[in-house]
Amino acid sequence: MPTVEVQNLYKEYSGRQVLRDVNFGVKNGELFVFVGPNGAGKTTLLRIIDLLEEPTSGRVLFDGQIVDYSSKKDMVALRRKIGMVFQQAILFNMSVFDNVAYPLKVRGESERNIKQKVKEALGLVQLNGFECKNALALSGGEVQRVAIAQALVTEPDLLLLDEPTANLDPKNVSIVEEVISNINRERQTTIIMTTHNMFQAENLAHRLAFLNDGKIESIGTFQDVFGKPSKPVKSFARLENVFYGISKITTEGTSIVDIGNGLQIEAAFRKTGNVRLHVPPEDIILSTQPLISSARNTFEGRITQISDMGHVVKLKVKIAGNKSFMAQITKRSFNEMQLNIGSKVYMAFKASSVQTN
Amino acid sequence: MFEDIYWEEILNITLLSLRVSGTAVLVGALIGIPIGAVLGFRQFKGKRTLMRFVDITLKSLINTFMGLPPVVVGLVVYLLLTAAGPFGWLGLLYTPTAMIITQLIMVVPIIIGVTMSAVGSVEKSIRERALSLGATETQAAWLVLREARMGVLTSIIVAFGAAISEVGGIMITGGNIRWWTRTLTTAVVVETELGNFTMALTLGTVLLSMAFAINLVLTIVQVKGARR
Repeated sequence: MPTVEVQNLYKEYSGRQVLRDVNFGVKNGELFVFVGPNGAGKTTLLRIIDLLEEPTSGRVLFDGQIVDYSSKKDMVALRRKIGMVFQQAILFNMSVFDNVAYPLKVRGESERNIKQKVKEALGLVQLNGFECKNALALSGGEVQRVAIAQALVTEPDLLLLDEPTANLDPKNVSIVEEVISNINRERQTTIIMTTHNMFQAENLAHRLAFLNDGKIESIGTFQDVFGKPSKPVKSFARLENVFYGISKITTEGTSIVDIGNGLQIEAAFRKTGNVRLHVPPEDIILSTQPLISSARNTFEGRITQISDMGHVVKLKVKIAGNKSFMAQITKRSFNEMQLNIGSKVYMAFKASSVQTN
Repeated sequence: MFEDIYWEEILNITLLSLRVSGTAVLVGALIGIPIGAVLGFRQFKGKRTLMRFVDITLKSLINTFMGLPPVVVGLVVYLLLTAAGPFGWLGLLYTPTAMIITQLIMVVPIIIGVTMSAVGSVEKSIRERALSLGATETQAAWLVLREARMGVLTSIIVAFGAAISEVGGIMITGGNIRWWTRTLTTAVVVETELGNFTMALTLGTVLLSMAFAINLVLTIVQVKGARR
């Protein structure tokens, strides 16, 4: 019996359909991830499951029981079994301790229990010693971790996480990801989370669903969803390093593609005319020194974004002509090269790494 | 140089100013904060056009009353309290009570208006987060009020500032009677008219220093509260 079931769910905001015929079930102890681009309806879906919003039609079931939106008492009782972390964490203007204690206080727990549980919850997110700090004086990553502690302190049956690592730096991302998988493994907490990060989904999810334009496009294991991707999944998965240009065949039998702003990419295929290119981020080599290599494409650029994916790090490199590439390197190389936002790097990839439609 | 200054009188005037404006703000807070909070909580999200219309009209009215000209308030209160007026039998005209009433009418809209926007600005996010963490609607409402506390304090600072520096209203309803209804502001007017500039300047300095001292204390509370 699934603990959470959503059936034929529709949600409209003043005539605009945000969710369309959403159906899925999440089993007890499962870590279920919704992947999809921004604006797909992921946040709205989580808010409906957290009972902060009512669906326009369709229904939500917890442990087989249909949610009755007319009973305020039932709603409070149900919400008390759910913990939620918003994408934009909201903390109260009080100490970290009082913030984390709040959900216990409204449940009428004893002072002694509160002390004990707050301490444990802060330990989970590695914020021991932060009790007396004011919550509004924390950094972005700490705010997110306090919000997670607030959601975990009541030991909820169901944990909802809305893009929990968006806007966090690599160190905080790995702390948060660790907490998520630990809670799921050790407490058997059922987790539903959203992300637009495929790699995070792959690392964490038991099962996942691809949500696009308010509809579930596909659902299953990572392999089911991204192994043989449908068209929207494909376009989502390939958002990175996609370029459009005009291709010309060279005398050497390769192609030179002009992608605009004076930039040319050499590719191993033979094509003329308009083409779409894709360079897999893992095929890009980065160096802090100028590169002398056999790779046909070399560029110089600066790092504008760093995302920690666990064992790998993805870097956004901006090169001349205002184009950016995503490069993926191992965590170890990242640490050895001592890269940072703004670092100057040299980037190279082979002509044979360039894929086309 | 100080021979024209009567310190005893200055003390009397200062204490009366504090008593009148302090009482007006205190009573004003008791009336204005609950009303402001209720109005701040009422979020009409376009469901019923009529209710929204009422809400917008009410809020615009409050914003207008926040800028009431003190002399107009003084005039109205005078007409109500004068011997021939409907409340003439109370015999309140030219008493400190009449001055308190005048300033009360001025500060209530200020306190309502500032409290309303303070509560309204945190209402949605704080209420939702509290509910999500398992609070009941009542518990969530308390938290919203708690989170809006700095804005509520601001309403009191603004109201006190307006009251202590007001002249026109209390001049009409208090009558500026020496040793009885003469406040710092009305005294400055009289002393200036009489050409006693040393006295007028001294009174002005006392008024400014007092306003500064009180705002200093309230601001310290506010700054501390923002962090804690």
